[in-house]
Amino acid sequence: MNAIILSALWGVVMMFGGVFFKKSTTPKYWAIAGIIIVLAGNLLEFFGYPFFNVDTKGMLHFDTFGLVFNSVAFICTLIFFLLNGKDFEKIGMHVSEYFCLLFFVLCGLSILSSFNSLLLLFLGIEILSIPLYILTGSEKRNLKGNEASLKYFLMGAFSTGLMLMGIALIYGGNSLGSFYIDAINLGTGHLSVMIGVGLVLILVAMAFKVSAAPFHFWAPDVYDGAPAVITSFMMTIAKVAAFVAFFRLFATAFGSMHSQWQTLIVIITAATLLIGNVTAVFQISVKRMLAYSSISHAGFMMFTLFALNDTAKEGLLIYTAAYCLATIGIFAVIIKMADYSIEGFNGLGRRQPLLAFTSVIFLLSLTGIPLTAGFTAKFYVLMAAVKDGHQLWLVIFAVICAAISAIYYFRVIQAIYFKEPAAGINENIQVTPFFEWMLTITAGLIILLGILPGLVIDWLYY
Amino acid sequence: MLGTYFTFPELLIWIPFVTGLIAFFISSSKGVKTFAIISSLATLAVSIISLFYTDVAHHPEYFYYNNVSYVWMPYIGSSFSVGLDGMGYLLTFLTSLAFPLIFFVTDNSERNHSSSFIGLLLLAQAGMMGVFVATDALLFYFFWELALIPVYFLSSKWGGEKRIQATFKFFVYTFFGSLLMLIGILYVYMHSPSVSSDSAHSFYINSFYNTLLSPTQQQWVFWLFFVAFAVKVPLFPLHTWQPSLYEQSNYPSTISMSSVMVKMGLFGMIRWLLPIFPAAVAKYDHFIVILSVFGLLYASCIALYQNDLKRFVAWTSIAHLGLIAAAIFTTNNLGLQGAILEMLNHGINILALWIVVDIIEKKTGIRKMSELSGLAGKAPALAIFLLVIALANIALPLTDSFISEFLMLNGIFDFNKWYGFFATIGVILSAIYMLSMVQKTFFGKMNDIAERAGRLSAGQYVALIVLVAGILFLGIYPEPVIHLTQSTVTNILGRIPIK
Repeated sequence: MNAIILSALWGVVMMFGGVFFKKSTTPKYWAIAGIIIVLAGNLLEFFGYPFFNVDTKGMLHFDTFGLVFNSVAFICTLIFFLLNGKDFEKIGMHVSEYFCLLFFVLCGLSILSSFNSLLLLFLGIEILSIPLYILTGSEKRNLKGNEASLKYFLMGAFSTGLMLMGIALIYGGNSLGSFYIDAINLGTGHLSVMIGVGLVLILVAMAFKVSAAPFHFWAPDVYDGAPAVITSFMMTIAKVAAFVAFFRLFATAFGSMHSQWQTLIVIITAATLLIGNVTAVFQISVKRMLAYSSISHAGFMMFTLFALNDTAKEGLLIYTAAYCLATIGIFAVIIKMADYSIEGFNGLGRRQPLLAFTSVIFLLSLTGIPLTAGFTAKFYVLMAAVKDGHQLWLVIFAVICAAISAIYYFRVIQAIYFKEPAAGINENIQVTPFFEWMLTITAGLIILLGILPGLVIDWLYY
Repeated sequence: MLGTYFTFPELLIWIPFVTGLIAFFISSSKGVKTFAIISSLATLAVSIISLFYTDVAHHPEYFYYNNVSYVWMPYIGSSFSVGLDGMGYLLTFLTSLAFPLIFFVTDNSERNHSSSFIGLLLLAQAGMMGVFVATDALLFYFFWELALIPVYFLSSKWGGEKRIQATFKFFVYTFFGSLLMLIGILYVYMHSPSVSSDSAHSFYINSFYNTLLSPTQQQWVFWLFFVAFAVKVPLFPLHTWQPSLYEQSNYPSTISMSSVMVKMGLFGMIRWLLPIFPAAVAKYDHFIVILSVFGLLYASCIALYQNDLKRFVAWTSIAHLGLIAAAIFTTNNLGLQGAILEMLNHGINILALWIVVDIIEKKTGIRKMSELSGLAGKAPALAIFLLVIALANIALPLTDSFISEFLMLNGIFDFNKWYGFFATIGVILSAIYMLSMVQKTFFGKMNDIAERAGRLSAGQYVALIVLVAGILFLGIYPEPVIHLTQSTVTNILGRIPIK
């Protein structure tokens, strides 16, 4: 509860702060302070000190997993603010409002990690999505951004409609007539037509939110069109929030019918992995390549839904940390580049050794090389799938896709270290020592999690 | 004593790892080279000293050095466990011998980033050591990949014109193979018995050995491991990355790959494949032996027609490794013993051969056999060294390979006469291509290019003398090494039901 209320309050603070902040550099300090407060509030609740005692009639349920997930997401957001706080000033003049919208997204995230009722799920998804529609188009003069925003909004609204219809069918179909997900689990012994249709509708809507194929069409355009800072946030925090909701809903409400919808997940996972990885190989722009790679990572995270066991839960958590840290890190570097194409990275190793080195760590982590968090994450989700024991061909298919992913990530590494820079490229990159330190810390965290994944997972059993 | 504070297998990993990290921060190129030589000699010293601390009396089982196991990820049953057995010892010894020699002979003045170059080489050494000492499947996988990454950067950064593509091909091949192995490891893990109360399963090697998989399960999980190892060896038809990579890469990384890294695949087959999947091995052994012998003949025939010295050595390497793989899958005492011995011997021979090729290219700037002729006139010492090395590669009596190839061929003949027959033809072919290479380059009429060949440097002398002495010593008195392999072979064969 702490996280929900504090992030909503701080969103309001940032919104009205926009009136009072004289300089455009002020809001980022307030945002950093805010995220620290939200994080601290969440941690206090985790250790048993909730500030607010709101009777939610059981519609919200704050379990360990949700609180640990919140903390991971808030820490990633903190790192994101520290790395990219300055870059918000480049989007436009309403800096404070951008941060305000981000805090509302975090509020949605906190609801999604603790909902216990389908109504709250819907509310959370909307609170998460609507600020993102606005943020995508925040660069007003950018036509591509406007197009992306409109596209995202139309498709998003459509998917929310489907979800609402699904919720209605589930409500009517379960024998207890309830919105509560634990009650639905009891009330749905067998797959009736209404439950089945409702389940598929919700599945489609959630697959849309996490950009899983074949509902991924918005993702490349939106991620490419949005300002790079916002893309970084959408691709990481917003996406994993939707994943946690996805996992929570299907594990709790439909867990007892797992074997009946598992095949659907298998198809979605395979399609997502294939489309994400194969299309990413052909991209010239690194930003767009990462958009497709984020689809492929969604495919890997889908394994947690496929397996739905304890290891999957651990895997989802460690994947969240690994994927968010690495993507935020690599995006922080991309934002500094004048040129988003792969050639733009040529010879970075010579001109900016530290930026180059940390980027390589981030890319290795995204590929899933041991000693980086990306490996532990892939290891856990694959372990969950092997533990489940069904459809092992899918696991083998996933590692083929992981090998394909090496092609596009390593193309950037090759550009950084082994290619000669063209004249004038990346000469004007200017970074502060603070930024360099933050990048080093992020890379260090990735390696630390690669060696000791227990640092995150142990909290689940605290 | 030393052994009580740090155990030897650990030191073998940590010395190169830590010094490798430090090397990145040494700015003077002279200093970093001295540092690397000291580090690698320290590793070699540890490897030699550890031989005197074997604890066979107290631990009659087979991983008999002072083994350690630290808690690493208890909740999934993985620990930092390292240990050595006879085979592990021979390969760590080969690794610790190869790197000082690489540092001795390489002249790093041409490489402008020498500190990162040396740092990466040392990290690669640490990774390879880790593969040979790990007794935990997850740890093994970690090191398996960690050996790959530094080599990827080394070969992509320094080498011929097409190095980036060649290295990347190698990377994708091995990365794909190792990911398949990861699935295999996970699958076996899910069926493994636990060794502690913290977790339901365990990655510990003995736990893997005691995993009961049905023959049907074994038959497909076997391939997940096999592909990973076969890519690394490389076995026909997964060998296509090797010639182009060896041709394009710089000498130090080529040497480390060719002499040590490819042994990781063979080592993996003996340590992880045969004991865990005996039923699958019994089913597929004929297929794999045929494939290996075919690869041996195929690579030998191609080696006959190579003009580029680097590609030539690459193909001879594929041929020899094919023979070793065939011997491993005969799963009999002689074949396995020969294979383990040959891993060491081939490591030494090919290391020496690369050093000679390196010297030739450095002196003359030419790698084409057709342009080289009569080098012996200008470099008689090098000619003598090369002759001994070539004879060792042919496996003539009194050289190290003789006994191991004899054992391997014996094993293959025991397995099946026809396979043995064809494998022998492969050995005969090796005599043809080796001797014709020596003849083409070192004998014949001296031309202008041969005039450029001059005296060897002190480092090159030291390296070649050490290697030739090793070749002759192991050829004349192989007894201690055979003794070391026996424990591993008995252990492995004890886990395979007798046909």
